[in-house]
Amino acid sequence: MSKHTITLTVNGAEVTKEVEARTLLVHFIREDLDLTGTHIGCDTTSCGACTVMMNGRTVKSCTVFAVQANGAAIETIEGVANGAILHPLQEGFWEKHGLQCGYCTPGMIMSAKHLLAKNPNPTEEEIRWGISGNLCRCTGYNKIVEAIQYAAAKMAAAEEVPA
Amino acid sequence: MIPGEFDYHSPRTLQEAVGLLQQHGDGAKIVAGGQSLIPAMRFRLALPEVLIDINTIDGLEYIREDDGHLMIGALTREADLEESALVQQKYHLLADAARVIADPVVRNRATVGGNLAHADPANDHPAVMLAYNAELIALGPNGTRAIPIDDFFVDLFENALADNEILTEIRIPTPGPGSGGAYYKVERKVGDYAISATAVQLTINGNTCTAARIGLTNVSAVPMRATGAEQALIGKQITDEVLEAAGQAAAAECDPSPDLRGSVAYKRDLTRVVIKRAIRQAVERAQGG
Repeated sequence: MSKHTITLTVNGAEVTKEVEARTLLVHFIREDLDLTGTHIGCDTTSCGACTVMMNGRTVKSCTVFAVQANGAAIETIEGVANGAILHPLQEGFWEKHGLQCGYCTPGMIMSAKHLLAKNPNPTEEEIRWGISGNLCRCTGYNKIVEAIQYAAAKMAAAEEVPA
Repeated sequence: MIPGEFDYHSPRTLQEAVGLLQQHGDGAKIVAGGQSLIPAMRFRLALPEVLIDINTIDGLEYIREDDGHLMIGALTREADLEESALVQQKYHLLADAARVIADPVVRNRATVGGNLAHADPANDHPAVMLAYNAELIALGPNGTRAIPIDDFFVDLFENALADNEILTEIRIPTPGPGSGGAYYKVERKVGDYAISATAVQLTINGNTCTAARIGLTNVSAVPMRATGAEQALIGKQITDEVLEAAGQAAAAECDPSPDLRGSVAYKRDLTRVVIKRAIRQAVERAQGG
């Protein structure tokens, strides 16, 4: 069994921990860092509930070993809000009822955040495509699409306001 | 589910990685994107004693043209392939496939080299590279060698790489004038494997098909070419009758297994339909459509 000391940043804060090689990133995030906003759904790389950002790109954290995140910048749902001010995506999910049970929501928001970073003004089809790695069994996706559209509009409006 | 125990190495160079392979033999596995291997390890279907992570090696992620070929570094992420302007402009078959491999989150991590080296007939790149007549570059203790794609897939999950070799690059011949390609996949949902998919790369001269290579996804135990369907096209004008003949040839020569995605009869007939759609699209592109 090999153990490794890893150093990475999680939501902007540097973390150093010892991990077993076989520890999955999602278990490290939830159990070693107590950041339980990232969920475990299917355990088969299908559902996307465990989606986090790794070096600016979404990954399914059940399919990356924690040791592979050595030196990486990780962002989880806990890092999305700006203090008490919700991110436009979080606000969008609230305002547009983009969730029922909420299990998929952290992963959905991470995927939506990555989508909007690449494509700030996506069409409905591009949104559906962008979240196609994340499963929701409650909403039928319509409300999630509306939530992301809300966030895209709000973020675009914020861009237009002179600083 | 938690994988079994293993020793983990993160080499900084390819030479170091080859050295680790030599040291540990067939108890060692290379992990690239890990999007097939890590799930297999979680289910304990794969129990490597040693994991050699090539993500820490610089210079294995690139997409560039050189000397009449598209060169793809083995660690190139599927998402980078999908977003490559070069691929979208000139390699339509590859661009088609890049959009339908797994799902967008998996594509951020999954690699082209891993998709091929896993030698899973359900993966999409094997059929694509068979259709392109790609060459795979492997590095071992005695240097590099080029493996023609037709020789690469040996058996289910078994490729032609020796225990001490690493796949480093994929080379696709740049399609010439009058050529076109397409990938057509039918899947139950985004992220699932194909029920059946077809990769076609062909050349049309005048109205006649002068060259064609066709790869099939997930309808055989080993990634396969539909050579009967290819022969049905070559030297012919692509009429409805020729398309149907190619479809029926593919339906006969594929060898699907029954599973949750469908019966053997269904998969054969779907292959007939899918291959016709892919050929039609490839012909349109060859003719500048």
